[in-house]
Amino acid sequence: MTTITLRGRKVVGGVSEGEALVTSETISGWGGIDPRTGKVVETHHELCGVSFKDKILVFPGAKGSSGWSQYFHLARLAGTAPKAILYNRTTTKVALGAVVMRVPALTDFDRDPLSIIENGDWVRVDADQGIVEITKKDS
Amino acid sequence: MKLTDAERGMLDGAEGAAVQKAMDLLVRYGEALGAERLVETNNVCGTFVAAGPMIREYASKGNDAIFSEFNLDSSEQVTMPSVKAYTCHLIMGIDSEHPEMRQLSEDAARVQSEGERFFGAKGVNMLSTCTPYQVGNVPVMGEHCAWMESSAVIYCNSVLGARTNTEGRESTGAASITGRIPYFGLHIPENRFASHLVDVKIAVDDMMDWGLLGYAIGEMVEEDIPVFRGLASQPSLIKLKHFGAAAASSGGVEMYHIPGVTPETKSEEGALGGKPPRQTWVYGPKEQRAAYEKLNSTAKSAEVDFIMLGCPHNSIEQVWQVARLLEGRRISPNTSLWVFTPRALKEIADRSGYTDVIKAAGGHVLSDTCPAISRIMPKGTKVVATDSAKQAHYLPAITGVQAWFGSVADCVEAAIEGRWTGGLR
Repeated sequence: MTTITLRGRKVVGGVSEGEALVTSETISGWGGIDPRTGKVVETHHELCGVSFKDKILVFPGAKGSSGWSQYFHLARLAGTAPKAILYNRTTTKVALGAVVMRVPALTDFDRDPLSIIENGDWVRVDADQGIVEITKKDS
Repeated sequence: MKLTDAERGMLDGAEGAAVQKAMDLLVRYGEALGAERLVETNNVCGTFVAAGPMIREYASKGNDAIFSEFNLDSSEQVTMPSVKAYTCHLIMGIDSEHPEMRQLSEDAARVQSEGERFFGAKGVNMLSTCTPYQVGNVPVMGEHCAWMESSAVIYCNSVLGARTNTEGRESTGAASITGRIPYFGLHIPENRFASHLVDVKIAVDDMMDWGLLGYAIGEMVEEDIPVFRGLASQPSLIKLKHFGAAAASSGGVEMYHIPGVTPETKSEEGALGGKPPRQTWVYGPKEQRAAYEKLNSTAKSAEVDFIMLGCPHNSIEQVWQVARLLEGRRISPNTSLWVFTPRALKEIADRSGYTDVIKAAGGHVLSDTCPAISRIMPKGTKVVATDSAKQAHYLPAITGVQAWFGSVADCVEAAIEGRWTGGLR
């Protein structure tokens, strides 16, 4: 079984693992997700109707309303937050969202996680050490 | 992160438990950003009053509990002190003076009015609008702000030349009682240059033109800063308000440069900081058409039930325009028409007679909220028409309705005829 290791910068510490949910499209919080279900609801989004609950969410970054953090905050309180998040582009929206979601979070990777991690891969995130271990689903 | 002695004192609890929690959040947030320090701010626009169905569930625990969880990210309940920085409240859950809205949510009206009194007494000014810059909070060039509301942030940075990132509910809460926010992103002068060039090949003149340009470029540049070439006609507050709101909906644009218009933009080269653009985009008829079609992609039925005007909240000039279009006419019995403007401007609309004209035509003038925030529309609404790219973008996702986007004149015609006959002309 092959594992691929990525290194990144700690955003929020902690260790977590789970199945990857990957999108190449930026995500809206307010107006983009339903915190009660953990589903993406933005009409044009490739993940529309898909839930990130208990997934390792891998995405380019945040877009849209300043309600981003509040909506992912509500997702934490509703128990629908992802288990960890990995993203490429630091903005205030996604960084504050990661902080209030209180899940392990990493960014600034040595290689682009979007080109390595695929839906269904098993991903272990050690944010304290800045390490992501990916086990490919077909390996 | 490097903290000053005063900030270290706040973190150590010298100013009480709430300020300690606030500084703890700012440090966690600053480190998540990779910021080196905090910056002082005396201009905060945030959201405090419990609004929206999910947060209202926590309202029974009281406003200190709401403030602790949602404004400080503190699981432990602390007592909110008076604010340290000048702080304004943005848009809220409902318009409690509008009978239909009040009737639909008596409980929300009570929670909101209790919240207004609680946070008002702590020093949060109840502007209750997404457009604080229309009702007296007009930061000056270079001022460090901590603002939420993506459409206000892009206006603050671009049109006013003040400095803010897109803050959230928790960070503005922490900023209000500490007077600090991470020194990151658009607070730093070298991050305010453009990286993308948008070459505009068609005339951008009326409100709809500006909305479509905003919606198109948000998709193009996402979170990056564009500078525009070829915008010949002079924009106004209302056009740039509409334009910025659209760009901040389809993308995450927080700042743009228009040479000769935005105060930090002497020239295209200056906006780019003397560097070549990382990417150049062309905006022509094809791009405009694509933005129009995307905004109208959820609309299937021409039978319109609800016409929503005023997102971001209308200026008094816009309320007057709606009144002129409606003068002596009557909307269809099958439609409802809601026009949103800040409460302070509603007072002027009332005194100027515009509210009466709109009412006589069968419409309503509302304040404090919008359908996307309140999730309240007239009963049975299936098809909406709006002059707001932002509302047309969000309402179908949030409420499942169909949305038509067009000019204010097209929207008023739809209210009168009950049918959508607008289009890209």
